[in-house]
Amino acid sequence: MATITYRDALRLALIEEMDRDTLVMLMGEDIGRYQGTFRVTQGLLEKYGSERVMDTPITEPGFTGIAIGAAMVGVRPVVEMMTMSFSILAFDQIFNHAAKVHYMTNGQLKVPMVIRGPSGAANQLSAQHSQSVDAWYAHVPGLKVVAPFTPQDAKGMLKSAIRDDNPVIFLEHPTLYGAKGDVSEDTEFVTPFGKAHVLKEGSDITLLAYSKMVQTCLDTAENLHQQGISAEVIDIRSLLPLDMETISSSVRKTNRAVVVYEGWRNGGFGAEIAARISEECFDYLDGPVVRVAGLNVPMPYARNLELECMPKPENILESIKKIL
Amino acid sequence: MLVTPIDISNPESPDTLLHLYKQMLYTRIYEEKCNQIYRSGKAGGYLHVYIGMEALSSGWINALKVGWDYVITAYRDHAHALALGSDPVKIFSEIMGRSTGLSRGKGGSMHLYDPQKGLYGGWGIVGGHVPLGAGLALGAKYKKEDRVVLNFLGDGASNAGVVFESLNMAKLWNLPCIFIIENNEFAMGTRLEYHASDTELHKRGMPFGMKHERLDGMDVLQTIKDAKRIINHVREYQEPYLVEIMCYRYAGHGAADNDQALYRTKDELYKAKERDPLTKLANLIIEKNIATPQQLETMQEELEEVVEEQYAEADAAPAPEAEEVYHHIYTDMEVERGH
Repeated sequence: MATITYRDALRLALIEEMDRDTLVMLMGEDIGRYQGTFRVTQGLLEKYGSERVMDTPITEPGFTGIAIGAAMVGVRPVVEMMTMSFSILAFDQIFNHAAKVHYMTNGQLKVPMVIRGPSGAANQLSAQHSQSVDAWYAHVPGLKVVAPFTPQDAKGMLKSAIRDDNPVIFLEHPTLYGAKGDVSEDTEFVTPFGKAHVLKEGSDITLLAYSKMVQTCLDTAENLHQQGISAEVIDIRSLLPLDMETISSSVRKTNRAVVVYEGWRNGGFGAEIAARISEECFDYLDGPVVRVAGLNVPMPYARNLELECMPKPENILESIKKIL
Repeated sequence: MLVTPIDISNPESPDTLLHLYKQMLYTRIYEEKCNQIYRSGKAGGYLHVYIGMEALSSGWINALKVGWDYVITAYRDHAHALALGSDPVKIFSEIMGRSTGLSRGKGGSMHLYDPQKGLYGGWGIVGGHVPLGAGLALGAKYKKEDRVVLNFLGDGASNAGVVFESLNMAKLWNLPCIFIIENNEFAMGTRLEYHASDTELHKRGMPFGMKHERLDGMDVLQTIKDAKRIINHVREYQEPYLVEIMCYRYAGHGAADNDQALYRTKDELYKAKERDPLTKLANLIIEKNIATPQQLETMQEELEEVVEEQYAEADAAPAPEAEEVYHHIYTDMEVERGH
């Protein structure tokens, strides 16, 4: 184990997988000469050369489509989106092409590629750079969607994503890049998809989240603990596939569930989780499944307004009063 | 079967001329049958035929190393599959949504895939497959294989933003990709001069420093010459190329397009048919005493019979099992089942 940042854990995963398999290559804006906007790819152009670390023009649909085509003939591209908000330009390529290749060809072709980058709000990047894209991608059959919270998962899940034969949307969080944690140095260590992680065990209520909101839930659990309430905190980390087994068994134990997500409350992925808990655990629930999410507004610029939009422990504490 | 790729090392030899004629005539009869299948209700959705443009598919695809090089196109894709040597019964089956189709009924007319023959689709979003084609070329280059990609698109697609992005990167990275604009003069029901500010579409290559040419697509022998020259260049010099090929779509946009009077006159269609690539080649064959008009007529009757038999074989096959709806969404996992 080494204590490193989320950013360095991602880079370590890239290095290990590029060393393991020469078909793994990187594409994206400013990832080479400029070293990556968030420095995830720092030093990799020098290490692997411009054939394997390709700086692209600022044309998300074009380079995403090119990566899909290359993946169809066996290359394993890892595409960086400078921010996942820009991946919206490439939706047609991702939804209408990458996600459907395997199905439309009846398994004759596959698309082993990763699209990774920061999703969610950072610090006053305002409406066009702060979006949480998880719900959009997790809606699409044919894609896998993961959103790691810990540096350990950042590394282990990125390695799993690169080894996966399907298109994987890999959601990082802009505010987590500097977060430190213990990370395995084993080059064969991977974190499988479809397994949620119980970060803190508890008996009175289950708090469910992914990416940065896991921290918000951990902070909330600490507050609840001081009030004598035992909260279980689950890091969902894999949205598609989703580990309903771990979620359901927790809710059957605590009888109360709160889903916290940073994206807009309306139509968010947390709503899907809430619906499935209601269907699978109805008889065990002591109250409705509660959603705590981002406000249904475009992200404003002013810091106080931006903070207003994000779910905070006090919002969770307020929302769960009705079920505690 | 006659639709296998043709050796064109000596295109003007009597044998090759007859082969080319047979392939193009077969393609036309096959496409006419497709229209009929559609009208009879045995094919659904959208279906687009290549009638009038046969010299283009035959000319370019025969000039490839078939099975090694890559071909990608939009939804008017039957002729490309036939020229590459895909099984015609499997294509009919796919069009009719049967379990014996190329994709067991998951793709349909617009989405034909046969990677073993080099066919990578078959795509339905206008312009959307063009970066994929450039990506196939990147893949070949990355793996240091000397493959060439024929990246077919229509005149309508030539206006799409993602096409310009692909042209830029293809030249920036010198990808072995030939962008072939099949200029059949119509973007669905909108004539060229109403959809392109500059109707010389080959100039789309110019701002990117890409070699570009406008070529005739109605004369298969000329097309073969052009195709060989350009494919050799791209393979040898590892750089992209853009060609605009002038042709004409006799058929409506799709089999469901019944309002052709909205965008062209009968007179115009009649005039275009004077340039018909099949008639042109038939005349040459007769002039050179390679075959008589009667012999060509007999050939046509035989091919019509072959196509009928292929259709009957495809039509006898069952639809896919309901269970198959869940197959091949992922390589390694299932989706949550049920409604």
